[in-house]
Amino acid sequence: MPSVTLLGQALISGVLAGGLYGLLAMGLSLSWGLLRLVNLSHFALAFLAAYIVYELGTTYHVAPWWSAAMVVPLMFAIGAAQHWLFDRFKVNELGSLLMTFSFAVILEVAIQLYWTADFRRYETPYSTLSLRAGPFFIPVLDLTLCIVAALLACGTWVWLRRTYVGKALRAAAEDPDIAAAYGVDHKRLAYLLSGIGAGYAGIAGTFIALIATLAPAEIWTYLGIVFAVVIIGRLGNPLGALLAGMLIGASESLAQAVLSPAWSPVVSFSVLIVILLWDPEWL
Amino acid sequence: MVERKGAVRRRGVLAGFAGAGAMLGTPAILRAAPSGKPVRVGATLSLTGFLAQTAIVHKIASEMMVEEINGRNGLLGRPIEYVLLDDQSKPEAARSLYEKLITVDKVDLIQGPYATAPILAAMGVAQRYGKVMIQSSMGIPKLQTYDRAFPATPFGPEPNVTYPNVILDAIATFPTPPKNMVVLTSKFPSAQFMAQGMKEQAERRGVKVAMYLEYESGNRDFGAIAARVKEANPDLLWVGSLGLESNLLLEALRKLDYTPKNHFHLYPAPGPLALSPDGDKALCSTFIEPDEPFLSRPGFKHLAEEFKVRATKANLPYSTIDAQGCGMISEWQILEAAVNGAGSLEDEKIAAWLKKNRVTTVYGSMRFDGPYNHGDAAQFIKQVQNKEWKVVWPKDVSAPGVKLIGA
Repeated sequence: MPSVTLLGQALISGVLAGGLYGLLAMGLSLSWGLLRLVNLSHFALAFLAAYIVYELGTTYHVAPWWSAAMVVPLMFAIGAAQHWLFDRFKVNELGSLLMTFSFAVILEVAIQLYWTADFRRYETPYSTLSLRAGPFFIPVLDLTLCIVAALLACGTWVWLRRTYVGKALRAAAEDPDIAAAYGVDHKRLAYLLSGIGAGYAGIAGTFIALIATLAPAEIWTYLGIVFAVVIIGRLGNPLGALLAGMLIGASESLAQAVLSPAWSPVVSFSVLIVILLWDPEWL
Repeated sequence: MVERKGAVRRRGVLAGFAGAGAMLGTPAILRAAPSGKPVRVGATLSLTGFLAQTAIVHKIASEMMVEEINGRNGLLGRPIEYVLLDDQSKPEAARSLYEKLITVDKVDLIQGPYATAPILAAMGVAQRYGKVMIQSSMGIPKLQTYDRAFPATPFGPEPNVTYPNVILDAIATFPTPPKNMVVLTSKFPSAQFMAQGMKEQAERRGVKVAMYLEYESGNRDFGAIAARVKEANPDLLWVGSLGLESNLLLEALRKLDYTPKNHFHLYPAPGPLALSPDGDKALCSTFIEPDEPFLSRPGFKHLAEEFKVRATKANLPYSTIDAQGCGMISEWQILEAAVNGAGSLEDEKIAAWLKKNRVTTVYGSMRFDGPYNHGDAAQFIKQVQNKEWKVVWPKDVSAPGVKLIGA
């Protein structure tokens, strides 16, 4: 029987790991839910951002928060440019899967050409710092990631529900023609939303650079799990994405602590299936 | 009969050494430059996908060896033309590409891809066309059932039995020999195979396996696993890891303020683990390192230096040659010796020659007449000391002045 300390520590680790799932899921959820575009290149953009943060940190000794300040606007611009392509070629939901998959593969190859396929690690003095709470340890970086993810999720949720732009975006997602009749310029708002989604990938990438070891093929590591998170959290719902990320992270981690670690992927996708079958109204 | 075989083997050893000596001892200017129609040697490597970080090492070593061999006398006096394709780390792609190499590109010879799954896929194609396939990275020798498939790395026929005993012999010399251990492994087939062997051999020799855990290959969150390891607090943590997994596990342990007493890692990424603050005193599997006594092997010093130059030029963060790069060097050394020794490009004759002769490689003298065409095992233990990998066990191959350090 696992001890309370083990269970508690596993829960903390899982919830914090789920913060990254949630952060990665947010941008994907927004573009899928509100623009009807499934952006597989979101993961590649996050890793491109991670590599840039790594490069700035290791070669030019730029602190990660300054790197983030540079990378996030850059990702915003890439996201907006990407939307110009969607718009120009009238890409639909299914077409976006193919197009963004191709874009992700191109980015993966580009990353490999510049940084090679070898592993890259950005060592920082705070990468393994932990706070202590009784018998439990709380990694500082993971906690920071979770706080940032929570702030972004809450902020975006409020923005979508309380502001004119947010309401217009939601209205356009429901029925673009009716929204246009009420003066909503969906095309311009879509550029903004695409940029914001990619900007979130930039923030996630900054944390990935600090927490993970980088390799081009790692782009695809989070794909399955983040898709599950987006679906559980409901499309276009940033708070749902974060909570679903934490739920999946905690389930995986508890499975690793109580059962065999090899069971953790089964558990996360089982959670997805159960929630899809259950379909609770509150979600 | 036994005497005859012994005589053949001795002659083979002498022929191998004489050949290697002549090859390395002859000044380049006196060697005939290869000429005529190139010998096309086809292969795939995982240049993209999840195996790419190791395959790039194989590519660099391979291209270096093609130039080395062409700088001597090529194969049968003809230059090598290396036809390399990207199998994207997918066995099914490797299978199709080997089919293409043999039937469309009409290569004369093939070399094996990287990693067990692509090798198995390629081996099926090689068998269908009767091609000799030399490979350097199949960690489960018993799966190499094709009689013209040859290993270029000295795993020996049963590394799941021999290598755990090398580890157990080593840890028995620690000031406080470990009484219990945790075996934690990726479900990657070759790692899992070795982990099961480690568990069996440890129990057979009285070291208690307090916990045996398997995790999915590619796992990135080690928080809960680290908590379980910390709670078990073993005398030895044995990790059947690949690539980054060791780094991620050790970082997760450090976040819990826990440092394992002794820790062994099977196939980690050598650079990141050696340079990591958590990697100090980490033990690991190896076959060779660019240090004495290995540097005294014919040609190895030059090859290690040349590899470093090329790896640095290719922008690899860790440019020191390791067992992966040496595996590919060994593949080419075996192919060169076998083709020139057999005096033919016919696969049947090349395979027959290899079964009767030894080849001098960077791994030393290798034979191919044992089970699954394997010869003697020569898998050693290295340890991170001052951010560098040093061979520490067995003592006769340990780096000069370096000792195995145990808690």
